[in-house]
Amino acid sequence: MIALELDGVSRDFTTPDGRGYRALDDISLSVEAGSFVAVVGPSGCGKSTLLNIVAGLLTPSAGTVRVDGEPLSGLNRRATYMFQQDALLPWKTVRENVALGLTLGGVPRADAHARANAWLARVGLTPFAAHYPSQLSGGMRKRVVMAQNWIIDRGIVLMDEPFSALDVHTRQQMESELLGLWEGSGLSRTLPEPRVSSRPLSESATPASNQRTLERGRESIAVSASAGSTGRGTQKLQLTPDPSGLSSRKTIVFVTHDLEEAIALADEVIVLSAGPAARIVARHSVSLERPRDLMELRTANAFVDLYRAIWAVLREEVIKSQRGTAHGRA
Amino acid sequence: MDARRAGPFGPAVLFWRVAVGASVLSLWQLLVGLKALDPFFVSRPSAIAQRIAQWVITGSLWGHLAVTLEESLLGLIAGALMGISLGFSLGRSPMLASIFDPYIKMLNAVPRVVLAPLFLLWFGLGIWSKVALAVTLVFFVMFFNTYQGVRDADRVLIDNVRMLGATERQLVRHVLIPSALTWIFSSLQTSLGFAMVGAVVGEYLGSTRGLGYVISQAEGTFDTTGVFAGMTVLALVVVIVSAGVTRLERWLLRWKA
Repeated sequence: MIALELDGVSRDFTTPDGRGYRALDDISLSVEAGSFVAVVGPSGCGKSTLLNIVAGLLTPSAGTVRVDGEPLSGLNRRATYMFQQDALLPWKTVRENVALGLTLGGVPRADAHARANAWLARVGLTPFAAHYPSQLSGGMRKRVVMAQNWIIDRGIVLMDEPFSALDVHTRQQMESELLGLWEGSGLSRTLPEPRVSSRPLSESATPASNQRTLERGRESIAVSASAGSTGRGTQKLQLTPDPSGLSSRKTIVFVTHDLEEAIALADEVIVLSAGPAARIVARHSVSLERPRDLMELRTANAFVDLYRAIWAVLREEVIKSQRGTAHGRA
Repeated sequence: MDARRAGPFGPAVLFWRVAVGASVLSLWQLLVGLKALDPFFVSRPSAIAQRIAQWVITGSLWGHLAVTLEESLLGLIAGALMGISLGFSLGRSPMLASIFDPYIKMLNAVPRVVLAPLFLLWFGLGIWSKVALAVTLVFFVMFFNTYQGVRDADRVLIDNVRMLGATERQLVRHVLIPSALTWIFSSLQTSLGFAMVGAVVGEYLGSTRGLGYVISQAEGTFDTTGVFAGMTVLALVVVIVSAGVTRLERWLLRWKA
């Protein structure tokens, strides 16, 4: 079944000096329900524009978007959107932020908070439920955003470089957690039986609470003891089963400029050309088996071969886009 | 807690604060004592303190103070309500904002003192002419901050909340109002000061009660001690009230890092 279909989608903008500018040109694309599609392209090629069109935040200048077979008009109510920037409401606590989609939809507060608690447990943030986003580290905030998006259980998740602001280790950890969530097994598969090590956590903006790295084998995750607790008591990850009882996988459209990330996560990688008038220049299916071990994957032969093949295409576009900006073109 | 409020230097700051105040007062007292300054023009700290003590003991201060505070508070509330609602409407509608922009700038440029006689004429010698004057000051602070807060609301927060299913009304309640409130709260200090200025200036120019009236009466009889005593009371009240506002503000904006 096709979850998402773009048919001849173009989008024009008007620059401040009044000239027209075509960001996307004739994009046609169909995404299978339950698949994970990554869109890569040089920076400024219109990847975010594409995602905004699919979300219904922007309307296409030409062409149509169909969601589950129906033409999209207005906001896409079958999708959630993880933005590149921080989109948590700073004046709401972590729990309120996670529950937001439910409370906006009219779910009674107590009920919504109970479900938010289950999700917080699932992403390992139970001790931080009453904190405000500004009190969390970058990686923790991303987990809150994931819970906020997953709790409302829509079929499609749009992600716009969600991890690009994180340092490389935190980022890999987030990618693992994302795959864990998507594959429906939550954190329980990727993070069994954590064991304490004293290695400091490499996340930036570490809050004033105790943090330590728990690791087992090659997997590692930051687990934080409650800021107000006795300090030495290690918080155990509560590995509850999926609170929403998801049975089918979500459809994910993941935009990134990082080809490694794209291949590591996706079933299919779509390459956009350099802007303006970005087109689809290549589509590669990624047949690496799941579940994937992101720590090992990047050095596997199949991964490297695929990387070389796609990079050969993407490289040209990156060079073009750099040349474009060097000549002062937008 | 106290050390943090006094800044990174803690007790040292507190000590020097007191020291600066004490030495200025002593110098003043000394210069008057040495007849270098004429007490007719500048009075002297001991006399001012005595006068305030006398007002407190006889109880004559409280009535005036209560009137001034009442006018300030009413002015603050009315000005805030008007400023916030107009700021909100214009912030949400760029069209309305462009229409009203020149008028708002013109009105804001009017010196408030020239309005005071008009207000006395329109609203009488009672508290309402003072409230009106306070409103004209508070309104603009509140208006500009609300307008800015609504316009400055983070695009991504708005998009995110809309994607999560918010209606227009929920968008206003969960994003725009809190976003504007951060601006409004941080201007509370200024607004409060303006409200008191408005009330006192109004009283000064024509009234039968209030701190401004006390000061103007003293001036009328060349009673410099009374003038300084009135100003001192006013200053102390502002310091106490703004300490309260600071606490309120810290609590309301507790989510900020």
